[in-house]
Amino acid sequence: MSEKIIITENLVKRYPEGDGEFTALSNINLTFEKGEFAGVVGPSGSGKTTLLNIIGSLDTPTEGSATVMGQKIADLSHKQAAQLRNLHIGFIFQVYNLLPVYTVFENVEFALILQNRSASERKKKVMQALEWVGLENMANKRPSKLSGGEGQRVAIARAMVKEPELVLADEPTANLDATNAHAIIQTMKNLNKELNTTFLFSTHDEKVMQYLNRLVHLEDGEVAEDEFIKQAENKTV
Amino acid sequence: MKLAFHLAYKNLMGAGLRTWLNAGVLSFAFIVIIFYNGLIDGWNEQAKIDAIHWEYGHGHLLNENYDPYDPFSIQDGYGELSESNQNNLTPILIRQGNIYPKGRMISINIKGIDPKQETLYLPTHLLNESSAAIPIIIGERMSESAKVNRGDELLLRWRDKNGTYDAATVTVAGVFETNVPFVDGGQIWMSIDKVREMTLLENKTTYFVANEQYKQTEIAGWEFENQEYLMREQTKLINAKKIGGSILYVVLMMLGLLAIFDTQVLSIFRRQKEIGTYIALGMTRWQVVRMFTVEGAMYSVFATIIGAIYGIPILWYLSVKGIGFGMSGSEFGIIMAERMYPIYGIGLIVGTIVLVILSATIVSFLPARKIARMNPVEALKGKVQ
Repeated sequence: MSEKIIITENLVKRYPEGDGEFTALSNINLTFEKGEFAGVVGPSGSGKTTLLNIIGSLDTPTEGSATVMGQKIADLSHKQAAQLRNLHIGFIFQVYNLLPVYTVFENVEFALILQNRSASERKKKVMQALEWVGLENMANKRPSKLSGGEGQRVAIARAMVKEPELVLADEPTANLDATNAHAIIQTMKNLNKELNTTFLFSTHDEKVMQYLNRLVHLEDGEVAEDEFIKQAENKTV
Repeated sequence: MKLAFHLAYKNLMGAGLRTWLNAGVLSFAFIVIIFYNGLIDGWNEQAKIDAIHWEYGHGHLLNENYDPYDPFSIQDGYGELSESNQNNLTPILIRQGNIYPKGRMISINIKGIDPKQETLYLPTHLLNESSAAIPIIIGERMSESAKVNRGDELLLRWRDKNGTYDAATVTVAGVFETNVPFVDGGQIWMSIDKVREMTLLENKTTYFVANEQYKQTEIAGWEFENQEYLMREQTKLINAKKIGGSILYVVLMMLGLLAIFDTQVLSIFRRQKEIGTYIALGMTRWQVVRMFTVEGAMYSVFATIIGAIYGIPILWYLSVKGIGFGMSGSEFGIIMAERMYPIYGIGLIVGTIVLVILSATIVSFLPARKIARMNPVEALKGKVQ
């Protein structure tokens, strides 16, 4: 039996809005297993990013529960949540969020510094991660010198370098052209296969969806459809 | 903590000119604090040395009826001390009188001193070397105010112990230059034997100046006052100057610290996404707070380095060459040389560095605390207000 890595039960998230409240997520019941390459899809404002933020322990549910790697998000202290992210979760953002004053190498290394890994281990792993994304020759470049596709590859390397169980990618191809978008997704797909890392995307990009083996459709904060797609595994660029 | 330093260093270096401007402003405050305190300390040290050399020696043994701060006590403030108790002491007898240079009358103190004394820098040997009937020596300020010079004769009038007036012509045998106004203005120096003879106060002394071999003992009718006690007024003045000066460097520090505070506030607002990213990558909020605090504090470290680069040569030059003020403080009744040499002690330098680093750390921490309350989701969106 596969390991359940994410479990949400009756998950509700509300935000204060004016005098009342806005319900971003309503009654979400989902389970993701280790090694899945899944996506939360839907139009803007459907609650995709909110769901990823809660799973990533950056936010907490208003009602219900989200359990990630066996830890209930709502019960975690700031420090425990940071520890969960540090050791088990990698993030990939729409705008890459690379640290501008660091080189490519240092950006990727950052995740390992937070884990207090030794310098030699860091060097080895960073170079390996850069190799995964095909940027081993750009280690000393600054993010400002990279193209959009290269920047997102660095972000992937940074998320993957610590070999987390779970990678959360929020609209990772939104700022990329079609060629780069396919290449990026393919890279992640390969890593998913090689390392058995669970990938959970939030996207409304059709190019991404065709690679996913599961699509959770969100509409107005509710799960409209939970679709498993077998042929996505065979998709190549 | 090592991580915080590493990241802060990277961020500051990445910020380029802004970092160096802030550090430059702070380094200026830093150098001014050291310079000003060094100048005051140099003045203090110089004033102490001058006062010891010209006036206080290694303490005063005062007649119990004499109060240096009460001119009315001069009349009866004298006494006799046995010869055996006068070892390592230079006697001084003070009487009041008038001089009449070019027909003007000036009230003065007549100070009798042993011409052979070597305890004070006063050139009393001139009194012995002069062939005049009654030679006197005066200070430069006295010379200027009375408009008399070396070789001039002037009428001196005084009263003896019975209150009888007498007068004689005295000759200026020498004019000396000193930074100590208390041995200069409003007084003339002459042989103590002559003063005793003129005033019929045989063997009488107002106070004695001790030399460094003097061993203090209890003597009835006489009170010993050490250097610290005698210097207390000057010390008070210098301390007051220090407090006054601190206003200047508080203002300068505030300017430097305000620049850091402002940069930090702006930085935290501008770098919200970066803060959100740090948290998403697994840093705790307090780790981020610490990193921003260290970043601000490092401005002061850079300021120390910049300050050392341009400050050490300047401060060293000033301490060697001194700073000329074009006038002496003795004109205002204080011991102050025309040229002052700042003294920069290790305590002053280390204390200033610690003060600047601590202040910079505090002003960096104040805005950085906001990060601890920041919602990482809002931060990632750059929506924190």
